[in-house]
Amino acid sequence: MKAVQMINIVKVYPNGIVANNGVNFEVEVGEIHSLVGENGAGKTTLMKILFGIEQPTQGEIRIFEKPVHISSPHDAIKLGIGMVHQHFMLVPSLTVAENIVLGMEPTKAWGTTIDMDRAVEMVNEVAEKYGLPVPAKEVVLDLPVGIKQRIEILKALIRGAKILILDEPTAVLTPQETEELFVALKNLAKKGMTIIFISHKLNEVKEISDRITVLRDGKTMGTYRVEDVTEEEISRLMVGRDVELVIDRPPAKPGRVVLQVKDLSYYREDGVRVLKGVSFSLRSGEILGVAGVEGNGQRELVEILTGLRFGATGSIVLNGEEVLGLTAYDLRRKKVAHIPEDRIEKGAAVKASIAENLISDRYYKRPFSGRLVLFPKKVIEFAKKAIKMFSIKTDSPLTEVGMLSGGNMQKVVVAREFTSGADLLVADQPTRGIDVGSTEFVRKKIIEVRDSGVAVLLVSADLQEILQLSDRIIVMYKGEIVGYFDKNEGLTEEDLGYYMLGVKRHDPDRVKEAALL
Amino acid sequence: MNEVIKSILSAQFFYSVLRVTTPVLFAALGALLSDVAGVINIALEGLMLMSAFWGVMVSAWTGSAWIGLLAGVASAVLLSLALAYFHLNLKTDLILAGIALNMFASGSTVFLLYLFSGDKGSSSSVKSYVLPNVDIPGIKNIPILGDILSGHHVLTYIAFLSVFVVQYLIYKTPLGLRMRAVGENPNAAQSVGISVKRIKYTSLVLSGLMAGLGGAFLSMGYVSWFARDMTNGRGFIGLAAQALGGKSAYGSMWGALLFGAAEATSYTLQAIRIPSEFTNMLPFIFTIIALIIYARAKIMQIKKIREKQTSHEEVGL
Repeated sequence: MKAVQMINIVKVYPNGIVANNGVNFEVEVGEIHSLVGENGAGKTTLMKILFGIEQPTQGEIRIFEKPVHISSPHDAIKLGIGMVHQHFMLVPSLTVAENIVLGMEPTKAWGTTIDMDRAVEMVNEVAEKYGLPVPAKEVVLDLPVGIKQRIEILKALIRGAKILILDEPTAVLTPQETEELFVALKNLAKKGMTIIFISHKLNEVKEISDRITVLRDGKTMGTYRVEDVTEEEISRLMVGRDVELVIDRPPAKPGRVVLQVKDLSYYREDGVRVLKGVSFSLRSGEILGVAGVEGNGQRELVEILTGLRFGATGSIVLNGEEVLGLTAYDLRRKKVAHIPEDRIEKGAAVKASIAENLISDRYYKRPFSGRLVLFPKKVIEFAKKAIKMFSIKTDSPLTEVGMLSGGNMQKVVVAREFTSGADLLVADQPTRGIDVGSTEFVRKKIIEVRDSGVAVLLVSADLQEILQLSDRIIVMYKGEIVGYFDKNEGLTEEDLGYYMLGVKRHDPDRVKEAALL
Repeated sequence: MNEVIKSILSAQFFYSVLRVTTPVLFAALGALLSDVAGVINIALEGLMLMSAFWGVMVSAWTGSAWIGLLAGVASAVLLSLALAYFHLNLKTDLILAGIALNMFASGSTVFLLYLFSGDKGSSSSVKSYVLPNVDIPGIKNIPILGDILSGHHVLTYIAFLSVFVVQYLIYKTPLGLRMRAVGENPNAAQSVGISVKRIKYTSLVLSGLMAGLGGAFLSMGYVSWFARDMTNGRGFIGLAAQALGGKSAYGSMWGALLFGAAEATSYTLQAIRIPSEFTNMLPFIFTIIALIIYARAKIMQIKKIREKQTSHEEVGL
């Protein structure tokens, strides 16, 4: 029996973009089926159509072999489809139980009052039935990411979901949490649940799925049994050419110390101490990886280092000069480059052109500007060169950055930061949410700038990336450096995971070695 | 000076605090009901004015204060629906739409007042009716307390009862849970099939209901006529009172009482010939002081947490 049949789906957005161009997608009852493809391949659109958020321009959908019309998430839920979104759809100030029963609250006193005891009971019942325990009475806000995800899954299950869509569920998890999730998912499948799994991480796709469907440019490239294809074959189907999954990294030749961070501490506005005496050094020509579960101080560290956050104590010495408390403008003049985590909010001005974005840190300097006016010819000339060098896909340097795909947008940011002649590059999640091809490109470029003598601080939640690129690694947990690894050969994602979760930690003397003193 | 203290410590003063708090309290509850659903109802001022006007007019036409009240509240709810329609269906900016409605209320009431009564300033030539005051048996006869709590306008009692009703509605009922969810993370609400639009509509209607009661109180209790722009900023003060009190109806009530006390003080001072230009400032000076105290308390709180953490760590080391 087939749980989902999406036949010849076409979706044309009002702005003319064809997201799905005749996609065929079939899922059997009780299987775990992975949907893979680059960003912009049409996975998200396809799932939005299945969950009723978007309407197909053309095509037919059958659920449990019955033709259906899904015009809203409400319809989808009624048909037994549940979706676990990549960004959690939770209300932080409500309790776990309140979040789960929201919209279907059990009541007493003639429907006027929520029966909280009953709600907790209901939650515990489903939680037990599917082996996904949650603290029903606790407020969601401070719970670990893994638990939040479980809450999302329970939200779908309690509404009677038979088909579960998970949109990049492992992007925010540690290896251990991922492992737990996989156990739970396999369990659900055994109980007859149908699971659609969307992911970029091919090793995970290989591990969890029964079958795989590959999308490229809005078309189905085929559906395969997992044992019939290798990771290399999947990535070739996705990208349309061979992709180097493992990047060649010649040994580093570290030079002088560029950055020396000493005893850096910081209290956030709400009084929480998010950095506790962080110390490390960074030399030219090496990459220092910062691993950690998101929210353990990495963001604050990056923002302090790049002059976007003030009020920290301690010391930051850049090229022999104290720079703590300087603004982003000053720091950029002192040769700091920054690839921010969020390219849309911080990395680029989406309404401005590619050319404008490329000079946004140097527009006031020669050769782009005189005393009073910009020199547009020089700007365009430079932009054309950068577009070629960084293979940004566009027909004109005057295209709005917001019109580009995620991968190309990131290339614009990378092009700007890599051509600024920096001594220190702070790269925060440089490949998050971009396609395999662009990821490969950005990673190669990072190695390239390292070899040209730049000191690179790489912050990433993607452990594969950390392990592949870094020469040295620090692990952050609750605002502290809890692990320090001199060279990463032989280190595995699991090893790092223990430190990220705070299960293991190095003794203070070893952590001090990060400062190279 | 003695005179001032004496008049402030009198039962009469406390009675008047409750009286002048009433419209601000309604406004604050109105602000709260829309704020929890993530909508800032800046039109409260206009909604109150509208209700004050139609309350007077309809009570004059029908000869019934209660029908007047109903009409007043209905006009405020209708205007609130208009705000919801502009914001949620036509996607206009909430603040701009609110300001436009305030201006519309101010202008249209004067225009209609002139049309119906031939007077541009007030409705004193129109014979309208007021809602009754209520004595509470039992409490009435207790000395001092009876003087403070009994004999108030019926809407004053409704205002203070509403505090509990609103608190219950927001924190105990399914509707309240959904309103809070919509206010905090509309995507979360939507993901479980809750219509965000419908919840926001509902909360704006409830907000309009509260503003309508507050407006009706002004022209059918506080005084017995309508005057142009008679709300005199009470809708905005209600917003401020709610902001002070956070997301709780009790908080809103304390906020409103603070402004009520400030206003009552200013009237008392006027009675002993302190210039009204000065006393009229008092409620606003109170606002500023209250906000400073509030902000300082919050900063101190953060400091304390920091100290606690630091000392913890030192012990730990």
